[in-house]
Amino acid sequence: MTTSQFLEVDNIEVLYSHAILALRGVSLRVEEGSIVALLGANGAGKTTTLKAISNLLGSERGHLSRGAITWRGEATNRLDPADLVARGVVQVLEGRHVFPQLTIEENLLAGGFVRRPSRRALADDLERVYSWFPRLKQRRSARCGLTSGGEQQMVAIGRAMMTRPTLVLLDEPSMGLAPIIVEEIFHIIRDLNRNEGVSFLLAEQNAHLVLRFADHGYVLENGRVAVSGTAAVLAERDDVAEFYLGAATAGTAAAEPVQTPIV
Amino acid sequence: MSFFVETFIGGLLAGVMYSLVAIGFVLIYKASGVFNFAQGSMVLCAGLTFVTMRDRGIDFWLAGLITLTIMVAIAIAVERVVLRPLVNRPQITLFMATLGLSFVIEGIAQIAMGASVHELDLGIVDTPITVGEVQVSQFDLVAAATAGVLVIALSIFFNWTRVGIALRAIADDPLAARSIGIRLQTLWQIVWGVAGFVSLVAGLLWGARQGVQFALTLVVLKALPVLIIGGFTSITGAIVGGLIVGASDSLAEIYLGSLLGGSVSTWFSYVLAVGFLLVRPTGLFGDAPIERI
Repeated sequence: MTTSQFLEVDNIEVLYSHAILALRGVSLRVEEGSIVALLGANGAGKTTTLKAISNLLGSERGHLSRGAITWRGEATNRLDPADLVARGVVQVLEGRHVFPQLTIEENLLAGGFVRRPSRRALADDLERVYSWFPRLKQRRSARCGLTSGGEQQMVAIGRAMMTRPTLVLLDEPSMGLAPIIVEEIFHIIRDLNRNEGVSFLLAEQNAHLVLRFADHGYVLENGRVAVSGTAAVLAERDDVAEFYLGAATAGTAAAEPVQTPIV
Repeated sequence: MSFFVETFIGGLLAGVMYSLVAIGFVLIYKASGVFNFAQGSMVLCAGLTFVTMRDRGIDFWLAGLITLTIMVAIAIAVERVVLRPLVNRPQITLFMATLGLSFVIEGIAQIAMGASVHELDLGIVDTPITVGEVQVSQFDLVAAATAGVLVIALSIFFNWTRVGIALRAIADDPLAARSIGIRLQTLWQIVWGVAGFVSLVAGLLWGARQGVQFALTLVVLKALPVLIIGGFTSITGAIVGGLIVGASDSLAEIYLGSLLGGSVSTWFSYVLAVGFLLVRPTGLFGDAPIERI
């Protein structure tokens, strides 16, 4: 196995409040230009894994207690989240987390500030995002808190794209959205991947959906990687669905329950 | 009738003085969701530093510049020592920290510069000018104009500059702001620095009006109804709230004072504020929480 120069997560453990073990040795890698799916039930550790990568665990009083995360050969755990964004790793949080009192346009602009672009470059980036999400342009001066869930998800993704990332950590983009909107958003993700060369690490519960778009997948269960493989192989396997239903946990992990905060 | 108008205008202008203090609260509340109890101490500290230097014969503008530097230094120190370790704690924790901070700032200012009352002369002539039948205090007009300039400058800052938008983003959702690379620490230092500048302006005007003394920290208490009426998140609200408080206080004093035995102005605005809390808890201009159903 060669060492990846892109994102490498090596056997990490995450503790919340120095007591609750949420991840128990997760390893994964994202190759440049790929879409990688992170699957698993509620509480399996998907969000924690993403936040560990983007260094946002501190806000939930969690920390990396073992293992290492390297981004292009550089250990990330000493970097400020803003430094990571500047280096091209950005997270779209679960539940969208738009700025409700800001307009759609201000939301997007806020994503552009990290690179300190010129006024013109910022305007160009904004137009770029509007070209992917024309609906946002129509509603650019609407206050974001008053827009629909689908529009908010588009704002969240567009805002992250304003940082000009090379890797986007996308947490449950389908949550609470109508299937037709989810389909639209996944197609945009695929376009961004193909046309802009942006890589994605996608946490999702909807395995059938995400495996259609992903190249590779990891299934998390109780803070560990239970299964991994190419998306095509995972989609064929019957037991992937079982991890969501908990059938596979009965024998092995039941004796050692792990509490995971759902955030 | 001219007596009514005179009282009314006098009240409005007095209210602007409260607004000046209230703006400092709004700035920090907008950016970090914290009610900064230390705002009054910052006003005092700014006034005291300035007047001490003036007493030593330092030039007006130089003294202003040095005071501003000290206020910004305090802002940075507060972020480093107080806010940064407490990030992600409940808001009440941060509020308590600012409460403690107010005593620290007051104490240090007192040790360094003494507790006596200083006269502060800003060179503003305070002879009333007569407009029609109404007499207006010239000093109050200067104060009102200053507040007006401040409000316009801050509105431009918050609505049109990158730092301003980033500050509003942090106020909305700090975690999301961090996730897209906005540096909370830097922006907090900026906003506390701006609040320091606003306290300097308030400290100078209040100091010139009342003398620089420890009672200045008490203007905080009068800023509270201003904030409740105008809304904690709006600079415009701070101004309008100040006008309402000032006008209603002085009118109530004149027209209700004789019925209720005087000193109505010390409590009237609080009653008004309670009324607002019942009817419109976000204040006139505050951001109502947006909830999708």
